[in-house]
Amino acid sequence: MSSQEMKEMERRFPEEEYFMSGHLACSGCGATIGMRYALKALGEETIVVIPACCWSMIAGVFPYSSLKVPVYHVAFETAASTATGVKAGLEMKGDATTTVLAWAGDGGTFDIGLQALSGAAERNEDFIYVCYDNEAYMNTGVQRSSATPFLTWTTTTPAHQAKEEAKKNIMEIMAAHRIPYAATASVAYPEDFFNKIKKAKEIKGLKFIHILSTCPTGWRLPTQLSIKAARLAVLTRIFPLYEIAYGEKYTLSVKPEFHPVEEYLKIQGRFSHLTDSEIEVIQENVEKAWVRLVKKAEA
Amino acid sequence: MKTVIEGSHAVSYGVMLSRVQVISAYPITPQTHIVERLSEFCANGELQARFLKVESEHSAMASCIGASAVGARAFTATSSQGLALMHELLHWASGARLPIVMANVNRALASPWNIWCDQIDSLSQRDTGWLQFYCESSQEALDTVIQAFKISESISLPSMVVLDAFYLSHTFEPVDIPDRERVDKFLPPYEPKLKLDPKDPRSFGSLTSPDTFTEMRYQMQQSMEKAKSVILEVDGEYQKIFGRGYRMIETYRCEDAELVLVTTGTVTSTSREVIDQYRDEGKAIGLLKIKSFRPFPSEEVRKELKGIPKVAVIDRNISCGVGGIFAEELKSALCNEEDRPMVFSYIAGLGGRDITQETISNVIEYTLEQDRPKEDILWPDLKR
Repeated sequence: MSSQEMKEMERRFPEEEYFMSGHLACSGCGATIGMRYALKALGEETIVVIPACCWSMIAGVFPYSSLKVPVYHVAFETAASTATGVKAGLEMKGDATTTVLAWAGDGGTFDIGLQALSGAAERNEDFIYVCYDNEAYMNTGVQRSSATPFLTWTTTTPAHQAKEEAKKNIMEIMAAHRIPYAATASVAYPEDFFNKIKKAKEIKGLKFIHILSTCPTGWRLPTQLSIKAARLAVLTRIFPLYEIAYGEKYTLSVKPEFHPVEEYLKIQGRFSHLTDSEIEVIQENVEKAWVRLVKKAEA
Repeated sequence: MKTVIEGSHAVSYGVMLSRVQVISAYPITPQTHIVERLSEFCANGELQARFLKVESEHSAMASCIGASAVGARAFTATSSQGLALMHELLHWASGARLPIVMANVNRALASPWNIWCDQIDSLSQRDTGWLQFYCESSQEALDTVIQAFKISESISLPSMVVLDAFYLSHTFEPVDIPDRERVDKFLPPYEPKLKLDPKDPRSFGSLTSPDTFTEMRYQMQQSMEKAKSVILEVDGEYQKIFGRGYRMIETYRCEDAELVLVTTGTVTSTSREVIDQYRDEGKAIGLLKIKSFRPFPSEEVRKELKGIPKVAVIDRNISCGVGGIFAEELKSALCNEEDRPMVFSYIAGLGGRDITQETISNVIEYTLEQDRPKEDILWPDLKR
């Protein structure tokens, strides 16, 4: 990117930072980018609810906090249920303007936190739920979650018996709840994410944003390729960017030209065990899923 | 206003009068009548509150935590499996120093299924840092809910108001429902010093190192200690305004007693009758009711039981492997005292088996006959 382009990009975002240096994230952590831009979009009238996940550490050790907004650390499976209570409490205290942001990892969303999320979605509770997805239980050392993609290495799905199940489709689950707004995002597309958060802020009800969040540590990826990986995930259509309104209206955010999945897979150590035929299977699955998604968007 | 209402509804009135702002609940027999009545109060405007119909008890406690964290007065009610499901969050709420009040209707824990009266559910949570108050009557349940908010908000620890399944929750008694104005004077709105507030951004519950953690737990214990005097202060104030007080324990006809029966919950009422019969016959039997279990009223029981030859504790619960829980805690409070009683520990009434006047008499008779208990755990109502 040229310095001109960088200057233009900076102008697209408000200058105010709500996320300070001195945090505890790994080098190249995608989740820090996510939080930075989410808070730029939401501003200071925000309360963040963080269940057990990498961000429980990134936020900082007592008595320090790296965020300039209130943070409530909560139990693993309770991001959505606590956020429900925070919002209800605020309403009863006459505060209709503060945004409640639940900020959870994939484990706390797809697995242990799914019940609370489903309950909040069914009741259409009014808050924004962001799942920053690094595709495994990274905070505890890279164990598989139901967000771990098919054939990925993790410590509990070692290379000779890599993950046998497909990645759980959390967006379809949220669509089935017919919440007003669900969207995917990627840390390599900050303006897109920023705009989606801004859009979510103006909607009443449950808003769910699923952001792919690179983890160089757990993906076995050189830290300087963090953003590249997050971009390739979108370009190869492994992680498409789109929105769903009320579980029915699908809108694609990006329509990439064809990029073979190999471009994305080969830069990550967590896929280094894949055989050529396995990569072909992954390519086929991605294409099938893409065609399905495009059909829904055209409907 | 004096009226005849169901025990569970007495709790609902206590909650309504306390101007609770967020109620989050999940149904479980025999608690459900509490929240159903509260739902009606919310629907007809008698109570201005958000009623969250969450999808599990775990979420009920989590949302109470969220609501309390922003400074709203929060309440939930549960029993048995529901309370057990909340377990990790009970620790969370007390560690987070949130003055949530919860009603728990004492019901047995599965397996096997049993929906009737047993104290194991609340007693299993005795280590979670919650205050626990055991109620004998519907009136006491209503009064205790209101008092609990004041006590909890004063010391920043949550409270559990406990009542017996069916014997108390589903029976009808005359209850004096205090008028709003006087309750409002007694219990002002909740204004925490620290809360989630964008105007004063803070982080709550962050990772805390070994360097700092002990001091936080010390502070919690200090608050539990302080609770003993706060309970008596609040109760004294309540007695002045409403004419009713309960303190942490109550002694009944213990003067010169050779045996004191120790009870909690509704079996206390039955025991009063039995004590009266014995006293009429000239036998020196007394009763000690424990209301406050957390904080445990160690100083008071040591004082009241000093010089009493024998104590018979009736536990409607059992911690398998050690015995009745009230008995264990009582023995623990007495163990270093000179002039302490011989303690007989009885298990009765598990899973809703009636504790009859006959059972209680048998307990008293056996205790009078033996110098010391033949077994650490005695089962007077066991079918042999």
